[in-house]
Amino acid sequence: MWRAAAGALASHWRRHPGQAATLLLGLALATALWTGVQAINSEARASYDRAAQVVSQENRPVLRARDGGPVPLADYVALRRAGWAVAPVLEGRATIGGRGVSLIGLDPLSAPVLPAATEPADGADPLPEEDGATALAAFIGPPGRLFAAPGTAGWLSDAVPQQVLISEDVAPGTAIGDIGTVADLLAGVDDTRDSDAGGRGDPSRLVLIEDPPPGATPLSALAPGLVRGEPEAGAGIGGLTGSFHLNLTAFGLLSFTVGLFIVHGAVGLAFEQRRGMFRTLRALGLTRRALALLLAAELALAATLAGAAGVALGYVIAAALLPDVAATLRGLYGAPASGALALRPGWIAAGFAMAWLGTALASTQALWRLARLPVLSGAQPRAWALASGTAQARQALAGLGALTLAGIAAAAGDGLIAGFAALGGLLLGAALVLPWLLAQGLAAAQSRAQGPLAEWFWADTRQQLPGLSLALMALMLALAANIGVSTMVGSFRATFTGWLDQRLAAEIYLDAGTEARAQQIAAWLDPRVNAILPQVWTEARLDGRPAQLRGLADHATYRETWPLLGSRAGVWDALARGEGILVNEQFALRSGTGPGDTVTLDGRAARVLAVYSDYGNPLAEAAVSLDAFTAAHPDLPVTRFALRLPPAEVPALMEALRDLFGLGSDALRDQAALKALSLAIFERTFAVTGALNVLTLGVAALAMLTSLLTLAAQRLPQVAPIWAAGLPRARLGHMELARAALLALGTAAAAIPVGLALAWVLLAVVNVAAFGWRLPMQVFPADWLRLTALALAAALAASALPARRLSRRPPADLLKVFASDR
Amino acid sequence: MILTIEAVRKSFAGPEGTLSVLDGLDLTLAEGATLALTGESGSGKSTLLTLIAGLDAPDAGRIHVAGKDVTALDDAGRAALRRDTVGLVFQQFNLIPSLNVAANLAFQARLSGRLDRAWLDEVTARLGLAELATRYPEQLSGGQQQRVAIGRTLAARPALILADEPTGNLDEAAADRVLALMLELSRDSGVALLMVTHSQRLAGRLDRRAHLSRGRIA
Repeated sequence: MWRAAAGALASHWRRHPGQAATLLLGLALATALWTGVQAINSEARASYDRAAQVVSQENRPVLRARDGGPVPLADYVALRRAGWAVAPVLEGRATIGGRGVSLIGLDPLSAPVLPAATEPADGADPLPEEDGATALAAFIGPPGRLFAAPGTAGWLSDAVPQQVLISEDVAPGTAIGDIGTVADLLAGVDDTRDSDAGGRGDPSRLVLIEDPPPGATPLSALAPGLVRGEPEAGAGIGGLTGSFHLNLTAFGLLSFTVGLFIVHGAVGLAFEQRRGMFRTLRALGLTRRALALLLAAELALAATLAGAAGVALGYVIAAALLPDVAATLRGLYGAPASGALALRPGWIAAGFAMAWLGTALASTQALWRLARLPVLSGAQPRAWALASGTAQARQALAGLGALTLAGIAAAAGDGLIAGFAALGGLLLGAALVLPWLLAQGLAAAQSRAQGPLAEWFWADTRQQLPGLSLALMALMLALAANIGVSTMVGSFRATFTGWLDQRLAAEIYLDAGTEARAQQIAAWLDPRVNAILPQVWTEARLDGRPAQLRGLADHATYRETWPLLGSRAGVWDALARGEGILVNEQFALRSGTGPGDTVTLDGRAARVLAVYSDYGNPLAEAAVSLDAFTAAHPDLPVTRFALRLPPAEVPALMEALRDLFGLGSDALRDQAALKALSLAIFERTFAVTGALNVLTLGVAALAMLTSLLTLAAQRLPQVAPIWAAGLPRARLGHMELARAALLALGTAAAAIPVGLALAWVLLAVVNVAAFGWRLPMQVFPADWLRLTALALAAALAASALPARRLSRRPPADLLKVFASDR
Repeated sequence: MILTIEAVRKSFAGPEGTLSVLDGLDLTLAEGATLALTGESGSGKSTLLTLIAGLDAPDAGRIHVAGKDVTALDDAGRAALRRDTVGLVFQQFNLIPSLNVAANLAFQARLSGRLDRAWLDEVTARLGLAELATRYPEQLSGGQQQRVAIGRTLAARPALILADEPTGNLDEAAADRVLALMLELSRDSGVALLMVTHSQRLAGRLDRRAHLSRGRIA
């Protein structure tokens, strides 16, 4: 029984390979888009984790000597003996082979994650597969092993005895090696370490790999000369890139949803076209349960096949897009993402899970209908697509309900769940309302039509609407997602530019390392620059909670560029007089405070003078005048400066600072160049979103194509009488094209407000809930026009084949409609 | 008796109230016998067939097919009855469009696990379908499709064939040929046949004739 019934069900796919291909392609594309985005996200995150462990600077607290010099080896040993998980890092700058290089020495035993290497720099054969012990032995040496970025590794390998391996994890101009190897290099060549006070090999700092266990001897007792420093400024990789990844994930989910519409349509169509077969099978003795089980198994098989293809395609998409994403993350956020893609079980499993889940979701309705299939109902297959007007109105009402819930979630809800509920409700509601909305428009056009052909055209378009609804809904979701995401990314770009101007207002930022050297450098700089602005911050408690406190010099740099939200009249004078503080938007949003309110800063009342935007910083932050800061923290060494000088003088000054004071790339930053680079790389972000846009629209176009092809076969009884009445087939084909274009235009018009609402929810609800800051929304009408043109092109491309087929349909086919015995 | 129907009642709710279609109907059919069921349109002929096949349930009364009380069977039991004991021939043929003629002919026999190749070949040959074995239903005429539908049922050798106007879509000559084959094959294989028809001429060719009127056998 099972075999015969399964064979009959499968025979449908053999006879209709196009439908089988549609089902598999829809599901595979949906899975591919989702998997591709997940692969990119997981790869980038894995790179952060790896790089954070390699260099151990990002997001981990460090222990430094209070005097800014090296950490005494004795302190390190004392900490390790007391159970503190600390890893030594030796850092310095050396001139090797006539070129400057920053050297970072790690202890592989206490921080046992090394950079990922791709190949030797000397052009030798790629490394054979090494086990951990072999790699460790080679790293420790002798002669040792260094990891460097591609541009650095080439010349470095000619100048040092160590084996130099190319690694994407390492910043350009830097080499990473064993702490002993680096100590030898720093001692043997032009030693320009941060301080000459320590012994050879004394670490520059200790990275706290894990927080000390409860009850461990405190740092002050073990090593009173060391001070714990938290990750710098809180603008860590996670906070900044989180938004980027969240948005990519949201985009992936939307693409997946669009793909599901294809699957839903293909499954619904396959079920509807086999409705007669199902009835026959039931009449011939197949139980309802057996039929349902066979169909479920069939769908599971399709999901598995399509899932495999989708995961593979997702890998290809991710591999193609990852270099751009990695470059964006590296350049924009300083996040050390790798450009190479690894197969990770996590996203492969997620891809398959989504394929199965998506198929289950998309076929629930069809299976439900099957379960209720009356075996005695009319023998003619009911046109699956021809939903009644009542059903359409009911669907629109459900859509309005979903939109209302989305509005309530966005307005009254709080947090990420409310944000995503609002997104889901918005998209679902808009999709459900769309067919009704288009039907109203078509009815209005029909009522104004003049001439029988025009009347038939509008009436026929209305009749086709239910059959095209799913495809049009998919198209609208794709367009809305595109408009929403491009609006958000565009707003992000505009805001980011402003934020860079604020954060990187000065021409050069330098970190002298020690207070003594800072004073020495400042004295040298004083006659050579327009302003030396001390960069100071420390931990504080704002309204009793951990926060960052920043001291701002009373200088035009801040008065002119610091991005205050709202009025700035008198704020800077009041700040300079110590009459209040500035707080960042994150704190203001979380605590509900604003200008004029009083908060407590380190236990003392302070009036909020203004709120400033602080994108990318997940922490609460307050700013006081530099004088107030210094008075409150007189012992805090001032080692960092922002320098103002004419941009043309920047290269020469930086060169001089490098030569005279041995400042490495980490200690000296040309922020104008960095800003230009960041912005240039940021543009590559749009290459990624642009590619995803095109893919999603392609999926929607495919949905339209399949729906139109299906309808073309079912529509012969409607078209044949018009042909018989004297309308040429070619004209009928042109009308098909016009109809698709018209529906696409209507859909695009509906998608614009939905896309803008989507962008608003992303910017005003999801981002705020996720990161504590809100991006101001900007609109880009040129994008809407471009997307409308794309939708039009997609619709025309999708309808070209059915229209061509209709215009060339043999008259014999059309005549069959009038035959009575079929 | 292969079929025993006792006091079966069936009514439907319609826009003008409840419509009683079958009103205490009694009927029997012996193994291997043939019976033509005639009656006006709407007299309940097709309804009676659906009740016998377990496609629907009577409001009252009993129907026994091959000793089984159809009215007491659950969905799976009724499906098994159709699979193993009863063969249905529909006016609309109800072939499986994605299977070719050969596969359609063998389908019910395979479904019931009783495929007899030699018998299938004989049925195929006698129905004149051997030449059409690789064609699909859409490539056949109405008469050819009906021959395939009959062949599908006969190939499974059910104890009882229920045929609902099997020649209703055919012209007179084709109808005569199809019925002759059906009777010949059912007699040769010992299958009982209950055929609904409007045609008194065709009805006269079966062993017995029963006329359905006002919900009962007149």
